[in-house]
Amino acid sequence: MKLLVCIKQVPDLESRFKPAADGLWFDDNDLAWRLNEYDEYAVEQAVQLKEQLGGEAELTVLSIGPDRVVEAIKKALAMGADKAVHVQDSAAHQKDPWQIASIIAAYAREQGFDLIFTGMQSQDRGSAQVGVLVAELLGLASATTLVGFSYADGVVQAKRELEGGLKGLVSLRLPALVTCQLGLNTPRYPTLPNIMKAKKKEIRPIPVADLLKEESLAPTTSFYAPARKGGGLVLEGEPSETALKLVNILKEKTAVLR
Amino acid sequence: MKALLVCEVREGKLLDASYELLTFADKLGAEKVAVLVGSDGSVPQFDGRVYLADAATLGEYNPAAHKAAVLAAVEKEQPDVVVLCHSSYGWDLAPRLAAALKAGQVTEIVALVDGGFEVGCCNAKMRRQVRPAGGKAVLTVQAGAFAAAAPQGTPQVERIDVAADGQGLTFGGYEPAEAKAVDLGRAEIIVSAGRGIGKKDNVAVIEALAKAFGGELGASRPVVDAGWVDHSRQVGTTGQTVSPKLYVACGISGAIQHLAGMKKSDFVVAINKDKDAPIGEVADVLVVADVLQFAPVLTAALQK
Repeated sequence: MKLLVCIKQVPDLESRFKPAADGLWFDDNDLAWRLNEYDEYAVEQAVQLKEQLGGEAELTVLSIGPDRVVEAIKKALAMGADKAVHVQDSAAHQKDPWQIASIIAAYAREQGFDLIFTGMQSQDRGSAQVGVLVAELLGLASATTLVGFSYADGVVQAKRELEGGLKGLVSLRLPALVTCQLGLNTPRYPTLPNIMKAKKKEIRPIPVADLLKEESLAPTTSFYAPARKGGGLVLEGEPSETALKLVNILKEKTAVLR
Repeated sequence: MKALLVCEVREGKLLDASYELLTFADKLGAEKVAVLVGSDGSVPQFDGRVYLADAATLGEYNPAAHKAAVLAAVEKEQPDVVVLCHSSYGWDLAPRLAAALKAGQVTEIVALVDGGFEVGCCNAKMRRQVRPAGGKAVLTVQAGAFAAAAPQGTPQVERIDVAADGQGLTFGGYEPAEAKAVDLGRAEIIVSAGRGIGKKDNVAVIEALAKAFGGELGASRPVVDAGWVDHSRQVGTTGQTVSPKLYVACGISGAIQHLAGMKKSDFVVAINKDKDAPIGEVADVLVVADVLQFAPVLTAALQK
């Protein structure tokens, strides 16, 4: 069985963001980069399936972006993917989800994957579009927001997270694509031996121009910090003094403290 | 401008969020037409046309059939925009429609700005404006960003018949939410732990603070996913929606899904190292501090 997992490298979301010179995305200097959290669950699920299937499965990981995304790819390889594709694109952040999906679909179409995993969204852009668009472009069945996954005899049994704790049960006949939600599994930490093994695995570079044939359908026109509504009181300083101030405010403004 | 609003039905009932789409369309200055896969009893009440496909035949979750139903309405109405809620239903269906129409999609719209759509990004720390490149566009609207319109009027209902082919996908029904061990919905004071507490052992620090307040312990999603706190205490879209008299957010950055679950609280205190964290937007008091240092001091102050 041929498996594909699509991953994205994102900045640490605890970072402070400021607009880049073009005013269309964030300045990527001085940011720490990591594997998109939703994609960690996707990688883990794909690796677990590969382990379940034993020798017959091959797991490819794909990422689009500048050279630094190889670090995210290496993590996925160290978690257990067999080989990787790096679609080289230093301007990936300017592509809209339609273009990103068309790049992935252009690669995947030639390969005939049986099952594709993606995160349900990226932590930085959060469009939640790419996975399903890839499935639609390839004519695959797809299900989103998985918090439960099992596989047997060509069929995926999935549990979709809905609102308020409700879950939707879905079965998908392969070939198919699933998008993974937080909490689907427990992503493993790569062990040192696996990190060493990953260094020997193939990372195939493909220039983005070989795969991208589509224009943007939903371009970003500006990027900025939200206007602060303010209003709220900000307390800073020595914890003991701040705590007393806070207790006094709560006594005054709420009915919960006597 | 014409907007086709894709309403949402769950377990036979129209979801209230569908009425937020009417408000959004009004803000756009658009003519409103609705479409849903539902029944006569779940049609939205407004003065306009509604296209109704039968949920009993198609199933409540059958993306291929729902896509076909919406596309049938698109064919008849030729709307400029197709609008969905940004919900588990909407974000699943929207890209399928966008792909079929080769339309630009804008996800999780929070506001309209001079003809552009404003969306949050970077965990709600930043905003983007998106302007689809002409032709039709598919939009999803953030829950609560546009207040729900009151049900009013009687729609003209037109039925759509489409095939129920699931294209390899079969819906197997719903699994109900786990019984809530803790009903945070009734709590007067909730003290919630977020990712900022760092590790499971530190839950005790927040628990102690909750106890000093005489309140219940709550948690944000990452803390629950990590297994530090039970799911029954999760506050947010996929957990519980709460409205206590006092909500204390400890080390919670304020992702949209969490804010949606607690913004009806009467008074909000946030304790966070990051002065710019989005939780500051809804906090009446923001204490800029390391929660692990501050919480024990506050606990002691409350016990005096």
